Amino acid sequence: MFIPHTSQDREEMLQKIGVSSVKELLSKIPQELLYPALGLPKALTEQELSAHVRALAARNQPLKNFIGAGVYEHFIPAAVGALSSRGEFLTAYTPYQAEASQGTLQTIYEFQSCVCSLFDMDVATASHYDGATALAEAALACLRITGRKEILISAALHPHYKEVLKTYVRHQEGVRVKESPVGADGTLDLDALSKNLSDKTACFVLATPNFLGCLERADEVSARVHQAGALLTALVNPVSLGVVQTPGSYNADFAVAEGQPLGNAMNFGGPGLGIMTAKKMYMRQLPGRIVGIAKDKNGRRAFVLTLQAREQHIRREKASSNICSNEALCALNAVIYLTLLGPKGLQEVAGLNLERAHQLADLVSKIPGFKVKFTAPFFNEFVVECPIPAKQVIKKLAKKGISAGYALGADFKGLENCLLVCATETKTAADLQAYADALGGI
Amino acid sequence: MRWGVFKMETILTHNQLSLEKSRPGRRGVRFETAQKPASAYLPEGYLRRTAPKLPELSEFETVRHFTRLSELNYCLDGEFYPLGSCTMKYNPKAYELLSSLDGFTQMHPFAPESAVQGTLKMMYDFQELLKKVTGLAAFTLQPAAGAQGELTGILTARAYHDARKDFKRTEVIVPDTAHGTNPATANMAGYTVINIKSAADGCVDKGALQNALSDKTAVVMLTVPNTVGLFEKDIREIADMVHKAGALFYLDGANFNALAGLVKPADLGADLMHLNVHKSFAAPHGGGGPGAGPVGAAAHVAPFLPKPIVECKNGKYTLSGKMSKSLGKMKAFYGNVAVCLRGYCYLRQFDDNTFKEIAENAVLNANYVRAALKGKFNAFFDCACMHECVLSIHPAEMNGVHTSDIAKRLLDYGFYAPTIYFPLIVPEAMMVEPTETESKQMLDAFVAVMEKIYNEIQTEPQTVKDAPHSQCVCRIDEVSAAREPNLRW
Repeated sequence: MFIPHTSQDREEMLQKIGVSSVKELLSKIPQELLYPALGLPKALTEQELSAHVRALAARNQPLKNFIGAGVYEHFIPAAVGALSSRGEFLTAYTPYQAEASQGTLQTIYEFQSCVCSLFDMDVATASHYDGATALAEAALACLRITGRKEILISAALHPHYKEVLKTYVRHQEGVRVKESPVGADGTLDLDALSKNLSDKTACFVLATPNFLGCLERADEVSARVHQAGALLTALVNPVSLGVVQTPGSYNADFAVAEGQPLGNAMNFGGPGLGIMTAKKMYMRQLPGRIVGIAKDKNGRRAFVLTLQAREQHIRREKASSNICSNEALCALNAVIYLTLLGPKGLQEVAGLNLERAHQLADLVSKIPGFKVKFTAPFFNEFVVECPIPAKQVIKKLAKKGISAGYALGADFKGLENCLLVCATETKTAADLQAYADALGGI
Repeated sequence: MRWGVFKMETILTHNQLSLEKSRPGRRGVRFETAQKPASAYLPEGYLRRTAPKLPELSEFETVRHFTRLSELNYCLDGEFYPLGSCTMKYNPKAYELLSSLDGFTQMHPFAPESAVQGTLKMMYDFQELLKKVTGLAAFTLQPAAGAQGELTGILTARAYHDARKDFKRTEVIVPDTAHGTNPATANMAGYTVINIKSAADGCVDKGALQNALSDKTAVVMLTVPNTVGLFEKDIREIADMVHKAGALFYLDGANFNALAGLVKPADLGADLMHLNVHKSFAAPHGGGGPGAGPVGAAAHVAPFLPKPIVECKNGKYTLSGKMSKSLGKMKAFYGNVAVCLRGYCYLRQFDDNTFKEIAENAVLNANYVRAALKGKFNAFFDCACMHECVLSIHPAEMNGVHTSDIAKRLLDYGFYAPTIYFPLIVPEAMMVEPTETESKQMLDAFVAVMEKIYNEIQTEPQTVKDAPHSQCVCRIDEVSAAREPNLRW
């Protein structure tokens, strides 16, 4: 149904080619392997497909979501999807022919501009697969820049990010990943950090908020990292930057993020949007596409993919990364979202996240048997210690139509009763109360 | 192609940035105000000191800004996109609608499994469909794109060799026709890249391969059909050579559109391969992503794939399988699920009889263009091709016109350009991949325009060299951007 040829078209085409059948064009394929049985199910018409896929969607249950843990539910203004789903954006290819791709190129330049300003960093790339791979690639860049072999990470880094980082650096010769512990308040133990830093440390990976929701004393961390001659790679929540101090303000060398919260739906965790930023001096170490301003032959401003000498299609095995396709459409969603919100809107959203999470923390801490585990400042997520294993709490609340949070026990020893809970601007006062009531009722 | 707009350029300032259009105080969306300021919740030292410089536009201005920008793009919905190796085939509208259902988009990756059975079933069934069309034993949906699929495949191979304590294998063999991602991937996986030259017919030089193979070879990466659009005629012999050396055979699936339904990669001897959902299975390219690059493995390699893989136990779908030999994770969560959903929709619209029509017609279209252009623009290898044909010119015989000039001139006639200067072994290459979804009329129009450009090259070559003449900007000096990079406003 997607193939337009009539039998007459086919005849004419075969005649032009000078063969009598398509099969004649396939003579190099081992003939005994041609046309294998596949065992595909019945082909669906669009109408059947629509009914089938809608039924699949209906098998998912829309629970009231209080989980964050790396993917965040935010309100997305209608204009975001309306614009990014235009065929002119959706069905364009990577903007290799710059003159016929100025739309996509300019949106990427605007994305880079917004991200740099939001993060207070000098340069940003066009995007990466997700926050975890952006972090891993930033760490690889730090290894190249420093020539050192150790990546020190916060023990309170997202467990998936830890795994991805380890996968990416595992086969770099002599490289090891080491964890620095967190203290009782949920933030980095700074004395331990100082001890762990050495002249072998290529970079320290700071997550703030960290996976326990806690904001770190980033200035203090940065000073200690730089004193050791290491680079600081910060992982942040981009929405938090509406109110929280920026990576640039604490002198981060690289700052990365999962950009999904900026105008992209949760989509069961994918696609995400890897944001990567750096100080200007590391511009040529960045992996992936970057858009810059050029001039056309009449001297007019134009946008192009630039600094391509870093990339795989030019440098092959000497490239800074193998990345090719990235997450351009997700970056487009993000830049439209940021354009709609502007500085004031982003501050409002961030402020609401902060407030709703703190209101929920207050409500939860009043329930007998429950307490907010850590004392450190937090943004839109915090850890609740429950009287029973967190996994059981999740099961019980699911029956009441609520996704209670993320059970920390599998990743953090001793936190089996702890639940990572998130409240964004999408949760009303009534939602917060309903959550607290459900928790109190188990 | 929006001619009128550009003639008004001085009035419409079409390429003004949103930040240049900004006026302080304007905004496109309003939220309720928090009851207390941020400083009520966070100590002073944790607060942002100055507001970011983001655009300040009304919603309407924002809509108009991005609509205008979209109009500066060529896109598949509007123009023929004969980009070789990119498989720019039609992206069915139903899949966009279905993948945007709240029932899918609103699912959190850590939601209780009982609440996401619909998504998990889709992922499981997609894995099963991929197994059917490739003949491979298992699939992971985790890789976010083709290049990440390659890295996943090579790291899976490495985990396989390591588990056998076969640590001496440090090399990956790549032919000189390979996509740049192949050698870059092997390097990221910590391997030494061994490049081998192709034979005069554009296929793998078996002698060169044999010389390169040794007990140090971990993986041989091959694109099938290869990047000059030819099926590797000795593929099974090559697979035997690779296996005899104790190495694994990685098939780059970028060109799977030419194999769909014709032959199963597993039958060709593939141990590992990635597929590009955004190429072969009709998910849109989005201006450069998101894609999805599922990786399939033969049974002996499957245990080493990244975790988790969706399993079905007693009718319940789960991600909690142990996978003790897995290489780990390539990406947070479980892959670009929303892209995989589009690929799933696509595969559900075919059965055994119709699936092979994809490749058959892709091959028909490429050969038709090749035959129709013969005499003016010749294929570098003068033989039947698969889904794409690679043309080559001699600038000396073309009044000094280069491939890049022809590419830009095509834009003037409303066609996107082919992939140019790739593969590297073909001088002045133009790689044309029409895909099966283009009609004969469109191919005829493309051929007519190419002939017109050919005539221009004879009579007014400067017009071609100065192209494009119709776009919102003239020929861009790309080098000027790298000299003093301006990467942000």
